[in-house]
Amino acid sequence: MSARGANRPGPDAEGHFGIYGGRYVAETLMPLILDLETAYEQAKDDPAFTEEFERLLSHYVGRPSPLYHAERLSEHLGGARIYFKRDELNHTGAHKINNCIGQILLARRMGKIRIIAETGAGQHGVATATVCALFGLPCTVYMGETDIERQQPNVFRMKLLGAEVVPVDSGSRTLKDAMNEALRDWVTNVETTFYLIGTVAGPHPYPAMVRDFQSVIGRETREQIMAAEGRLPDTLVACVGGGSNAIGLFHPFLDEDGVRMVGVEAAGHGVESGKHAASLTAGSPGVLHGNRTYLLQDEHGQIIEAHSISAGLDYPGIGPEHAWLRDSGRVNYVAITDDQALDAFHLCARMEGILPALEPAHALAHVVELAPGLPNDHILVMNMCGRGDKDIFTVADTMGASL
Amino acid sequence: MTGRIERRFAALAEEGRAGLVTFTMMGDPDIETSYAILEGLAEAGADVIEIGSPFTDPMADGPVIQRAGQRALRAGITLEKSLALARRFRAQDDTTPLVLMGYYNPIYIYGVERFLNDALEVGLDGMIVVDLPPEEDAELCRPALDAGLSFVRLVAPTTDEARLPAVLTNTSGFVYYISITGITGAAGATTAATQMAVDRLRRHTALPIAVGFGIKTPDQAAEVARVADAAVVGSALVSAIEDGLDVDGGATAACRDNALALVRALGKGVRAARQEAAS
Ligand SMILES: Cc1ncc(COP(=O)(O)O)c(C=O)c1O
Repeated sequence: MSARGANRPGPDAEGHFGIYGGRYVAETLMPLILDLETAYEQAKDDPAFTEEFERLLSHYVGRPSPLYHAERLSEHLGGARIYFKRDELNHTGAHKINNCIGQILLARRMGKIRIIAETGAGQHGVATATVCALFGLPCTVYMGETDIERQQPNVFRMKLLGAEVVPVDSGSRTLKDAMNEALRDWVTNVETTFYLIGTVAGPHPYPAMVRDFQSVIGRETREQIMAAEGRLPDTLVACVGGGSNAIGLFHPFLDEDGVRMVGVEAAGHGVESGKHAASLTAGSPGVLHGNRTYLLQDEHGQIIEAHSISAGLDYPGIGPEHAWLRDSGRVNYVAITDDQALDAFHLCARMEGILPALEPAHALAHVVELAPGLPNDHILVMNMCGRGDKDIFTVADTMGASL
Repeated sequence: MTGRIERRFAALAEEGRAGLVTFTMMGDPDIETSYAILEGLAEAGADVIEIGSPFTDPMADGPVIQRAGQRALRAGITLEKSLALARRFRAQDDTTPLVLMGYYNPIYIYGVERFLNDALEVGLDGMIVVDLPPEEDAELCRPALDAGLSFVRLVAPTTDEARLPAVLTNTSGFVYYISITGITGAAGATTAATQMAVDRLRRHTALPIAVGFGIKTPDQAAEVARVADAAVVGSALVSAIEDGLDVDGGATAACRDNALALVRALGKGVRAARQEAAS
């Protein structure tokens, strides 16, 4: 299973997936990025590292997460057999912690004494603050002011966990700006500090490393669906912000030709409105945050602010491997609006007793479109990558309710 | 290659003094004011001029240059218009080296080949692209060198001995040593640290060495000028321009006056540095 076929060739030694990826960073960071790559390559081959990663995933995170047959929803939609990969049941409530465990182990191995991170929805910030508490390392999380407003519960959780949350007021005051500010901190404190990136973006080796840590999602899904159905799934669906939960689910299946995959971007107010975060659907290749990928940008190469009701998808870029998978056609990418995601949120709450995060609510909205047209023996797995507790204020707002 | 940069540094060596390199953002606070400043820089004492081309996401810049970039983008500057300003400058001044500084994406979207053709045509001498380390030389660095333009590389305190040769290969014009690990506008390094770093670089390269990041006052510029071939001043100049804005953020005559007064003072500092040291 670890042998790489045509659909999983990347990255090459320079961190490229086709023309995407790479290392577009300031010279100050470059030596550290090379150190990180070496440290990661060594760690990957060290059984002790893998053993500790797996131990923490089982006993601290609570893996494996269940693969759950959503029978009522399947029946309601009247088509495919729908499974949820329940990463929302992980400790801290999303898939983000899988990657944080891997990176904090690496940070410790590299002798770093301070951790920084960017966060959008606050899930990655919470997961980072959590592992920092667990390992006794100081933690600074950069978060856009817009996101701080709409994800108050997570801001408070990070503080309870001992992290410092630094509001970012530049640009669109969302995830992209938080990432700029984290990079500035890193350039300044490069010797002591480990930058714990929350998605499959940034310069090489982050996209590959974060993918590898998140691939536990797909590996478990493979085993679990074989146990439940005796065969591989027909379709996988996941939301894409930076793309880490999606690539985590997809990657172990990429060489299985029979498995279709759909990544769901945020269409915000609609792709035609210009207020969206659908970089693969409506963007073009460019260079931002250390890699070449699809970006929302104007004709002068200036980045356009993204929009989504979901803070975790509100990013004008996408991980470079997704850019490559889009061009190769191996994965299909679609976009779902704020309103569609909200409808799916309510449907899931009433039908399955699960409040999904607004990010996977986008994936679910696509499942709602897709499933009725599929035969009853079609197996569809959707990544329920986060729970919706953090989003109740945003949802209440859309309903005119005050909490 | 003997272009304007080489000739300028040769002349400085002849004079026995270090140079002053200035950075201002094209389009800040508006396009015409930024040109009025650019036009006066050489006469005020700048030996090499960096013209900033803004990017929405300048990840190596501090708040001062971030704000300048935002003002410039609001004023409608584009790479094309920055090149047009360079052309206007060149029509007046055929000797002062002009180096464009920015991030890669606007150049990538403009088109590398088109950019290099236009850069040569307007009389630009080189470029500094913050997010293109040697690992990405195939993108712009090698095509630029082939076209006869300088690609000025940044060297950081984190650039170790093993890496230096790779960083210095394909560097031309001069080497830009970033004296601190940090963003633009942060506090500067000590003279002793700068001296050590410059000595280390001299063992690896015969190119002129400019030192920047954190130089704000004529005294600081003079200190750097004692050990390096040039001192680079950016954020302090941008702050001086910002100080001249009216309450609504509009340009006033003070933007240009402040900037050029600071350049005059910095130029004096740099020019006096070695004489003081000698006497
Ligand atoms: C629950 C959840 N899902 C998805 C995302 C988007 O990130 P990615 O595309 O990397 O999975 C986030 C990001 O904050 C998140 O919190």
